Amino acid sequence: MSDSLSKLEKRTAYTLVLPAVLLVFAIVLFPIFANVWISFKDIELKDIRIPEPRAKKIVKSISENQSELKIIYKLRNSSLIQEIRNVQFQDKFPTNVSPLNLDSRCNFQSKKVVCNFGNWQAKYRENFEITIQNNNGEVIDKKIIKSQKPILSGKADNPLLTTNFTLENFKKVFYENNFVELLLTTFYFTFFGTIGAIIFGILAAQLVNQNIQGRTYMRGILLFPYVGPVVALAYTWTLLLDPNSGTLNALLVNFNIIEQPINLLGQKYITMSILGFEFKLRLALTTVIFFEIWRYFPLAFLFILARLQAIPQSLYEAAEVDGASPIQKFIYITLPQITAIISILFMIRFIWNFNKFEDIFLLTGGASGTRTLPINVYQQGFAVSDIGMGSAVSIVIVMLLLSFMVIYFRLIGKRANEV
Amino acid sequence: MKFKSLAIFLIISSFFLTCILSIWKIMATLQGLSFTNLNVTPVFLIGILLSLAFVLIGNKINSLIKTFLLSFIFSILYFYLNEASPYWYILGVFLITFFFTSKLKKYSMQSLKEDFISEKIIFDFITLFGIVFFAFVILFPFYIMLVTSFKTQIALLVNPLDFSLDFTKSLTELFKSYFVIFETYNFGRYILISSAVSIGTVIVTLLFAIPAAYAVARLNFFGKNFLSTSILIIYMFPAIVLVIPLYTVFSQFGLRNSIFGLLIVYTATTLPVAIYMLQGYFKSIPKEIEDAGIMDGQNWFGIILRIIIPLSLPAIASVALYVFMIAWNEFLFSLMFLDSPKSFTLSRAIQYLSGDAETPRQYLMAGSVIVTLPVLFIFIYFEKYLVSGLTAGSVKE
Repeated sequence: MSDSLSKLEKRTAYTLVLPAVLLVFAIVLFPIFANVWISFKDIELKDIRIPEPRAKKIVKSISENQSELKIIYKLRNSSLIQEIRNVQFQDKFPTNVSPLNLDSRCNFQSKKVVCNFGNWQAKYRENFEITIQNNNGEVIDKKIIKSQKPILSGKADNPLLTTNFTLENFKKVFYENNFVELLLTTFYFTFFGTIGAIIFGILAAQLVNQNIQGRTYMRGILLFPYVGPVVALAYTWTLLLDPNSGTLNALLVNFNIIEQPINLLGQKYITMSILGFEFKLRLALTTVIFFEIWRYFPLAFLFILARLQAIPQSLYEAAEVDGASPIQKFIYITLPQITAIISILFMIRFIWNFNKFEDIFLLTGGASGTRTLPINVYQQGFAVSDIGMGSAVSIVIVMLLLSFMVIYFRLIGKRANEV
Repeated sequence: MKFKSLAIFLIISSFFLTCILSIWKIMATLQGLSFTNLNVTPVFLIGILLSLAFVLIGNKINSLIKTFLLSFIFSILYFYLNEASPYWYILGVFLITFFFTSKLKKYSMQSLKEDFISEKIIFDFITLFGIVFFAFVILFPFYIMLVTSFKTQIALLVNPLDFSLDFTKSLTELFKSYFVIFETYNFGRYILISSAVSIGTVIVTLLFAIPAAYAVARLNFFGKNFLSTSILIIYMFPAIVLVIPLYTVFSQFGLRNSIFGLLIVYTATTLPVAIYMLQGYFKSIPKEIEDAGIMDGQNWFGIILRIIIPLSLPAIASVALYVFMIAWNEFLFSLMFLDSPKSFTLSRAIQYLSGDAETPRQYLMAGSVIVTLPVLFIFIYFEKYLVSGLTAGSVKE
């Protein structure tokens, strides 16, 4: 009895879970595997459409005689590179209408013209004509003829499904793509973006966790950058930082803090000198990192605040009795309580920053030394139109991510249960 | 000891005052006042005098009179030291100083002798400074976004620092950018599409997620643990690696440029978070209530519909709002899948607008305001739900 009950339970569970699982598999997991397939193929953006035979039907009157009409079919192969085999053509006509002259490739049967056009090369074009007449000498309605669309079919290889593979894409990724710089930029961006977001998150959480007036408003305001749409925020920043008429540069020049406007998003390096040491700073990258911090520190803030509010007040009171200073309280009470959440946040943000595309794309488009791996996927796949190469870069991202995750679950994953 | 803490107090408090007055000056400059000097040093020096006077006077006179008097004297000094400035600006200076001096209340010559007082002073002022800093840094871009949308390109080219609104103009003149983007750039349509996609995503996600979350929370089946861990792993996986395969497959199936295609992708990418958030809440519902339902002869459909859903409305609301915000803000997939202006979402439309270098920036900002306002409105109005959702789901962006 209980056995059949648990069977029923299982069946119910699968019916409930399956739709969601299938959808996620189709849209999230399948593409990850599909990437592997595409990355080994020499394939470009223009190749991905399956070639189709196409026909455009034009109906013309021949003379005064309305019982005869000429039909021109503009036939073509939609693909510029692939052949279509065994093209079949079919068009229907009203009763009492029959073709006068018929191509040898076609025949007329039960109101239908059926043709066998054989194979069409890439870029194939032909103007195919039929003259039709009404057997009873009546007027043929042009509109009826026009509204009937011809049906074409043919066999073509789906360029995605062919089985010729190549290692070329990966060679290009590693040797012709400035791979080392790409990787370094990605890591700079990811690492400093993550660290910065966490530091500002801790600061903000410390602030809001105190008994200040209006802390709920403060918490709300602090989350604005995180909940705002990235497009709006990125363009506002671009406008703010614009060298020609951006508010920030105009202000700095106005108050004589700088002499010349600085192109914060368009300049790769800036030479700084601190204590006599001159060094080059990756300016555009730094700006993008600051945007990243600005946008994502609220997340860190929220998590750390939730943790801070769970720390028992008695700990601080005891420390007060022992005569601990505010700094000592922070170091010996607060910090140990938030290290676990910080390590989790670090990993989550690290992974997400590593994959960040929109922010950099909207701010710089990957120019001025801000080209990271995700930007490169877009550039290769859609700007250069090399889908195979873009996929290969995606694979590199997935591989790096998987290794991060393994490290994550080895080192910190066990701690996740404690939080 | 006392001298050291006094010095620290004077320097830090005056530094803080200088900072907020500088921010006030910057904001005033953006209203078209032609200040060219922040005057940091004199402000800092009279700030020190102000704080010194404050602790020296101590409790000798009524504190309200003291604050008022000191702020007044400070404002007059400031007026003479500063470039010519209108009265509303000085009034602002007075109010800021008044706020500042009332924050000094707890300090006196006696309190400066306490243990760790220097550290406490530093902490107190870092807190104040932090609040001003964070509020300014966060709100400033939003402020610029809003005021730019009310200016004209020419006015901004003449003086890029003058964001003052000219209220003598008629309302149609003032809101011109908004009229233009609705009339010329078809933003009404994009708002409809964005709303349809976002609301559609919320509905479809909930339809898939509620049963699945119920099964994960309540029922025993093979692969359950695998499923709940893979949920977590899946939402670590980034959209950018899905883009190329989805693009090729969607091209072949004719799903590009279709709202339906976008809806599928948004649903699939938000499902893991939605399931994760919901199952956590479902687990907290006492099982006895469901048992009563089973006794009444309800099947699982009845249980979910009549027991689970009514009991978990707050959680469902927070998931719905959260999914709505993700779908509304989403940019990457709409960039990849939508080429035709007929099917643009708001985000994609703004990005398309910016692609034309000739587009005046106030239109861009008006569009940004339109896409931002609904999200901020929802967020402010439902903050409680959303914050609990954000922390519970440990968040997908």
